[in-house]
Amino acid sequence: MLEIKNLHCELEEDSEVKILKGLSLTINPGEVHAIMGPNGSGKSTLSYVLSGRDGYAVTEGSASLEGADLLEMEPEERAAAGLFLAFQYPVEIPGVGNMTFLRTAVNAQRKARGQEELSAGAFLKIIRAKAKELQIEPDMLKRPVNVGFSGGEKKRNEILQMAMLEPKMCILDETDSGLDVDAMKLVSDGVNALRDAGRSFLVITHYQRLLNHIKPDVVHIMSEGRIIKTGGPELALEVEENGYTDLLAEANA
Amino acid sequence: MMPRAKLMQQKRDAAAELLSARPLPEGGVWARAARKAAVERLQAMGLPSKRDEYWRYTDPRRLTAADVENADQVDTSDEVPIFEAFDRVKLVFVDGVFDAQASDAPELAGVEICTLAEAARADLHWARDAFGVLEARGQDPVPRPLASLNTAYATEGLLIRVTGKAEKPISLIYRRSAANADAMTHHVIRLEPGAELTLLEDGPVAARYNQVTEIDLAETAVLNHVRAQGRDHARAGATHLFARLGAQAQFKSFTLSANGALTRNEGVIWLDGAEGSAHIAGATVGDGAFHHDDTVFINHAAPRCESRQVFKKVLRHGAVGVFQGKILVDQVAQLTDGYQISQSLLLDEDAQFLAKPELEIYADDVKCSHGSTSGEIDQNQLFYLRARGVSESDAKMLLVLAFLAEALEEIADPDLAEDLRSRLEAWLKRRA
Ligand SMILES: Nc1ncnc2c1ncn2[C@@H]1O[C@H](COP(=O)(O)OP(=O)(O)OP(=O)(O)O)[C@@H](O)[C@H]1O
Ligand SMILES: [Mg+2]
Repeated sequence: MLEIKNLHCELEEDSEVKILKGLSLTINPGEVHAIMGPNGSGKSTLSYVLSGRDGYAVTEGSASLEGADLLEMEPEERAAAGLFLAFQYPVEIPGVGNMTFLRTAVNAQRKARGQEELSAGAFLKIIRAKAKELQIEPDMLKRPVNVGFSGGEKKRNEILQMAMLEPKMCILDETDSGLDVDAMKLVSDGVNALRDAGRSFLVITHYQRLLNHIKPDVVHIMSEGRIIKTGGPELALEVEENGYTDLLAEANA
Repeated sequence: MMPRAKLMQQKRDAAAELLSARPLPEGGVWARAARKAAVERLQAMGLPSKRDEYWRYTDPRRLTAADVENADQVDTSDEVPIFEAFDRVKLVFVDGVFDAQASDAPELAGVEICTLAEAARADLHWARDAFGVLEARGQDPVPRPLASLNTAYATEGLLIRVTGKAEKPISLIYRRSAANADAMTHHVIRLEPGAELTLLEDGPVAARYNQVTEIDLAETAVLNHVRAQGRDHARAGATHLFARLGAQAQFKSFTLSANGALTRNEGVIWLDGAEGSAHIAGATVGDGAFHHDDTVFINHAAPRCESRQVFKKVLRHGAVGVFQGKILVDQVAQLTDGYQISQSLLLDEDAQFLAKPELEIYADDVKCSHGSTSGEIDQNQLFYLRARGVSESDAKMLLVLAFLAEALEEIADPDLAEDLRSRLEAWLKRRA
């Protein structure tokens, strides 16, 4: 599904700032991978580089989605190809209604894939049902995108978008931060409902708790722009108990 | 710097030259008197100059030059006409001249409609006490010579008096014919106590135009005004709205502008009675050789009134936007609630926005705020939309429409607002 090889990137405006320093990662269809790592290790940057945000220059390496070179594509082409990023900090867009935004996005992707656009009625039916599952009030659909949403509401709104867009490769960047216990369960249920053999997840998190709900197949530890250790779910437990100190020392040894 | 006296003399000489080249139109007693008074005002203040305080950002010469430049018409034949879906009384002007043949019968319950040409010939008409009166009042403290010029020479326009709640909108449609017509229209609108009207205006008017509308709202009257200015690239137009509001009267005015080499829209509003409410808003999109100027004065002259000015401009490829807006609060106007916002979205580095927001407050218990900003498309918002699969051009358009939304919200009727919004979207798509 997703194949990242020896990825290096630096800031476009300051080539002295190197953030990813040879990151490699392969996620097969149907797998759930988690990435944990200290603040500033480059986790969000990885998600941005994969989804095509301006400001980062890839100097070496490759990233492909189902064999297609992601780095050559515009952000909207990556989305149409099936990549989805649930943002660590969802963006507020005053003046654009949540519903209008989602319908525009769903239909843009359908169009790019050569599918017919959804009628307003059909769209409304689907979104109402999915919003209900995530306990998103109908009122939130009418409001401008993320404006005045609480931290938890913003994260639930990201999952709603994911559910509507039905991507193949989902990257969740700290979707659990700012969620109360019940919301964490809701969001995890939303993610688990989407799990199937053709869809993969990359879950970025600081807390093992989320991984109790969304059971990962593989856990990676990232530090200073690289994966320094890969293992099973037990690796997350180790981090939870001991922090990163030992893992970092081991990697530097 | 030129000394003030010398500048004044130049401005007066220019006015005298223009006046001597043009005899005053024929008319009955009252109309002649009003025109003569307007000529005197114009002679005293002279023509506008770039050195005048409120003409610093906009060069007025094209509006007063002897020759009118040709302005090609934008071809709109493949578009549904604006306001098409609304049942309304259509009154048509061609190059600024009323065309009765092309118009609906000017009949509407509770409304008297009469052309200025007819009324000016009559010896007595209700407009005698109104024509040019608010324009004259609007000359102080800031001179508006183009409006006096209009009162002196305009022979076209409508006098509309509303005594009840008009059951449908009156729609003024301005069509064009000649390449370089110079049009002057002067409307006078009077709403009696409790009367209500929706006034629509749209169309390209003429290659050059000068429009004055005097609006007198008696207590508790309600006027909703929605205007869509034509999109001819080379047009030069000046408009003045003079409106006075009695107690608890409500006035909402919204203008959509696209393109136009030069547009100056002035609004002068007096809140004369307690608890009146005046909203004036504009959404402007300019692309290329475009200069658009909104100059608005709101005078709070009575207590507990509310006013809002909301002006939004989207500019690119060298387009220039100007906003000059003032809230003036008289000593007696306690508990005034005044709000003013002017914002521009600059789509590239060539576009320019010049703003002069002003507050002048003589009452001590008021709530007034003003803000003016100039910004670009927010890159985080743009990326967020694109990351969800929306193309860059569609994402920009969504953000442009979102930026303009606050101004469109000032349109009282949501169906009218949606008509203008969808039109804007189509125009933006066409030029994407
Ligand atoms: N646009 C930018 N300008 C300047 N520095 C940046 C930029 N983007 C990332 N960085 C720097 O790159 C490093 C990695 O940042 P990134 O946000 O990817 O970390 P992270 O692993 O997601 O951290 P956290 O766990 O706190 O979310 C940090 O030192 C950050 O300051
Ligand atoms: Mg991060």
